[in-house]
Formats: sequence, structure tokens, C-alpha cells
Amino acid sequence: MAGADLRTNEPTLAERAYRVRRNALRMGEVQGQGYIAQALDIADVLAVAYFHAMRYRPEEPTWEERDRFLLSNGHYAIALYAALIEAGIIPEAELESYGFDESRLPMSGMASYTPGMEMSGGSLGLGLSIAVGMCLGLKRKGSSSRVYTLFSDGELDEGSKWEAMMSAAHYGLDNLIAIVDVNNQQADGPSTQMMGFEPLAEKVRAFGWFVQRIDGNDLDAVVAAFDAAKKHEDAKPRMIIADTLMGKGVPFLEARERNHFMRVDQHEWQLALQALDEGRRA
Amino acid sequence: MKATTGTATMPSKPRLTTSAMIASIAAEGQRTKPAPFGNALVELARTRHDIVGMTADLGKYTDLHVFAKEFPDRYYQMGMAEQLLFGAASGIAAEGFTPFVTTYAVFAARRAYDFIHQTIAEEDRNVKIACALPGLTSGYGPSHQAAEDLALFRAMPNMTVIDPCDAHEIEQVVPAMASHQGPVYMRLLRGQVPLVLDEYGYKFELGKAKLLRDGADVLFVSSGLLTMRALEAAKRLEADKIQAAVLHVPTIKPLDTETIVEACRKAGRLVVVAENHTVIGGLGEAVASALMRARVHPAFQQIGLPDEFLAAGALPTLHDRYGISTEAICAAVKSWL
Repeated sequence: MAGADLRTNEPTLAERAYRVRRNALRMGEVQGQGYIAQALDIADVLAVAYFHAMRYRPEEPTWEERDRFLLSNGHYAIALYAALIEAGIIPEAELESYGFDESRLPMSGMASYTPGMEMSGGSLGLGLSIAVGMCLGLKRKGSSSRVYTLFSDGELDEGSKWEAMMSAAHYGLDNLIAIVDVNNQQADGPSTQMMGFEPLAEKVRAFGWFVQRIDGNDLDAVVAAFDAAKKHEDAKPRMIIADTLMGKGVPFLEARERNHFMRVDQHEWQLALQALDEGRRA
Repeated sequence: MKATTGTATMPSKPRLTTSAMIASIAAEGQRTKPAPFGNALVELARTRHDIVGMTADLGKYTDLHVFAKEFPDRYYQMGMAEQLLFGAASGIAAEGFTPFVTTYAVFAARRAYDFIHQTIAEEDRNVKIACALPGLTSGYGPSHQAAEDLALFRAMPNMTVIDPCDAHEIEQVVPAMASHQGPVYMRLLRGQVPLVLDEYGYKFELGKAKLLRDGADVLFVSSGLLTMRALEAAKRLEADKIQAAVLHVPTIKPLDTETIVEACRKAGRLVVVAENHTVIGGLGEAVASALMRARVHPAFQQIGLPDEFLAAGALPTLHDRYGISTEAICAAVKSWL
């Protein structure tokens, strides 16, 4: 089987990441639009989260012992659905319903709609605060589950993120792993130009976190970062800052003028899928 | 209108200060009970192990310090960060706990509204919000006066909204909030809280309006501390041969429209809705629209706070000025009859 680990016959992480991208592109084609550039940039991180790091049961999305994944940037829902489909939590056929009326897959992620979606995002800046409460709750219960939360660099403009960062360190939440997608693009332009947040790692370290900064499209680096975040022994919350490339895996989208909501013409979805497949063969 | 001390024009009256009634809204000599919210929560938490307390640097000022003292390991101080407070409350509720979350009403209703809307109400989390300084119960000016909290929380789907009158009621509201599945917002009276409704054999039931006294000329429909004022006004109006009924409506949402409409249907009574809240979007407008929909059209008046930024000053002065003191209510009713 192509892209399978020879020892376990399980798909490799590269194969998982490819399938996550493919699912996202198919949903984009169904709806004719979507935050596809972000989905492509974060696919490697999601592949490692769902197929290397996290504990969960596909057939039981609310299993008490699961690790929680909070998607703070709700517009990345297309990416998370793609991962949830690959993980077997959402049936693959359902991607045809993406963004349509009555679908369980709305364009902005909401907890009440979708199995495996743990929070309602969309209003940016919420996820880390919820994560703090969940981590406190898990510790109260004596649970060994972790809380993962993904948010984007633009969300760092929200003051609530920094409130939550202070409190996570204050409470020593070593069961919290926050992932920041630094693709340097938010609604009005490059994130670093909208509101400077660098040097991010140093800032968050000064807040009392264990921080790693990696190339978020280098699977080996992503795996190492998740492993280190889990193994770290200090009673500190963990942050993985992932620098990513919008449109990753589809060269003509990687090269396209950067935009928060990247335009893809109807005929280009098939071209994008072909380009993705060519990249996989190479 | 700016606050004046009144000393220049009324030298015979004692000079009131802003700090008057900061710790309690009770009038001098009134029967009170200390910290009914904190004490009731402690009592409940002895058997409800899912209950935790959370606050944003206002534990001492919301009577949650009573809970913190009794259950220090079930108490979460989130610092002066209300958005974090409510987001974290959603998270801990998602893990099966029942957080009682306190701050001032202004900070919940205004600063953290989107966090409560999205992480608690939209996700239907079992979070119990208890907020001090509702309506006009602080002399600090608009920064501390939550004149519009009922309007904001009424407009939030999934949210149950309660405006209790006194210590007797708060003690009963706390376990009712905990029994109810879903988010609840309660207006909190703290410190030495007046004790009034025990004299009326009153029992709180979530979603139920209760007739506290009957009368043929006027029907007060009221909530919160304005029920206390309406009861006082009704007693005083007897001297003028005016018989006033008082229908207490502690649950603002869901509104007991059936009981309200039936009471207002009784012919010949002036209906006066009285609330410690702006006249916009609170109990008054809720009752008015319920009556319109039911095609019941009594003579109707509203007692409530005006649509303006309220002044700083002593509460008795401000309650007189804005028409929610007992004297002001009596005068208004007489002018309407």
C-alpha cells in the first residue's frame, strides 16, 4: 500500500497529511470556496495531532478518557473536518455536505453541530480560555487527558489570549498544549504588520510556558515537538509555535498572492487535487 | 444631571455620601441576613460535590469569599480578567462541574458578553452566573451601575435570568439554579441583604410569578429590590385609600406570562411595572409585549431607570432622583390615578 508504514501497515503521517489536504480540497470544491489556504498549511500539524499524539476513539467522540482538541479559529473548520474524516469520526461521504443547509459541517466550526468539535469558534480569542477551564476540570477529576488547542497568529491580537496565557502558567497547567499557526496572514493583511507579536517564543516563555518554535510543515519537526511537549516535566503549559506556508502542498496556491480568504476558481479545484497528487507521487 | 450634595439648599438634612449603602442596600433598621448567596452556596456544596466557585478578583465583594473559606480547593481565582473567567467557566463545566461564577453585573453584561454568549449560552454549558451591583445599587456612576443587564441577558438564547428580591429568596434561588440544567444569570444582592419575603410565606419557584398581596386599584408587577419597594409603597398607599396588589416576577426569563396576563386582566386596575433597571428592554417592556400579544390592554405605567448615564452619589439620593425609592413610587402612583 502506497504511503504505508512497512512494519505496521498503517498509513504514514505523510500519507495522513496528504489525505487531510485531499479531503479539504474536496470540500472546497463542493462549496466553491473555503479557507483552503489555511487548511493546507495546518494539515501536517493536524496529521501529527490525530495520528501520532492524541488519544481518542473514533466510534466514541465523547469518550471520557480522550484528549480534547479545541479549534479556536473556527474558520479552520474545513481543516479539522478533513482530519476528523480521516480519523473516522465523520463519515467520508459527509464531506459532500460541507457548508450546505442542514449539514453537520458548517463553514465556521460549532460544538453543537459536529462530532469531535469540542467548542464553538468563529469569534476569535475564545479557545485558550475554555482550554484553561477544561484543564482545571481534568485535573480536578484526576484525569490524564490533555487539552490541545489550535489558534492562529492573528488571534494573538486579542487580549483574552494573554489573560489565558497568564492563568495557564499560574495554575501550572501541564496538561495544556497550545498550537499557534503562524502563517502571517490575517483578515486585513500580514499578521506581523497588523499588530506586531514577535518575538513570540520569548514573550510566551516569559509568561511561564514551555515553548518550541518549529517549521509546521516539516513532519519530523512537528512529531518531535508534540513528543517533547508531552514528555516535558515542568509544571508548565506547553506551546508549539508552528510557522506554516499557506497553500502548502499545492504549488500554484503556495505561489498565489497571499490573502486571508484565498480565491480559487471553480476549474482550479481539480487542478489543485492533481497538483497535490503529483506532489505525493514525487 | 450632575449630583449635588444638597447641603446648600437643604441644610437641615443629613449630608449623604457615596459610600452610604455600599455594603448593603438595606435601609436603617431593616431586618437583614448576612451573605445569603455565599452561605446558601456553602450549604448546597456540602452535598453537591460538582459545585466549584470562580471569580475575577471580586470574591470578597460578591460573598463568594464565604465559599472560598469553606472550600478553598474548590475555589478558582481567575484574576481581574472577566473574559478568561467566563471562558474558563465554560471549560470546567464541559468537564462535568457546575461553576458558580461571580463578578459585578457590569463586567459580565458588558465586558464579557461575547464570551458568555459564545462559550456558555451557545454551547449550553451548565454555568451559574451571579453578579453583584445590579441596576442602580452602586453610587460610583455608570462604570459600576448595570442598568441594562437584564435587557442584555434576556436577549441571549438559552439563558435563564433571575432577579431576586431579598435574602429569603436568594437562599432558595441558589439550589434552584444548581438544579436547573443550563446557563443561569442571577442578579446578586450581597452583604447585609434585606429580609422581606419571609413575612409573606413566599416560596421561590423558577419561572413562576407570585402574588404577594392583592388590591383593587393598582397592580405592581415587579422584580428584584423593586418588589421590596413596591410592598412598602403598597402599605403606605393604604393611608390614601389606594389598594395595591404586588405580583413578584423574579424569573425574568422565561417569563411567567400566563400568571402576569391573568393578573393584568382584572378590570379597573392600573398596572405599574417596577424594576431596578433601565426602562428599555427589561421587565417593563417584556410585560407590555406579553399583554399586547394577549390582547389585554390595562392602563399601564413603568417605574424604572431613565435612558441616561446615571449620576454618582449616595444611593438614597439617586433612588429618589430616578424614581425608584418608596416615596417616589408612591408619588408617581398617586399622580397616575
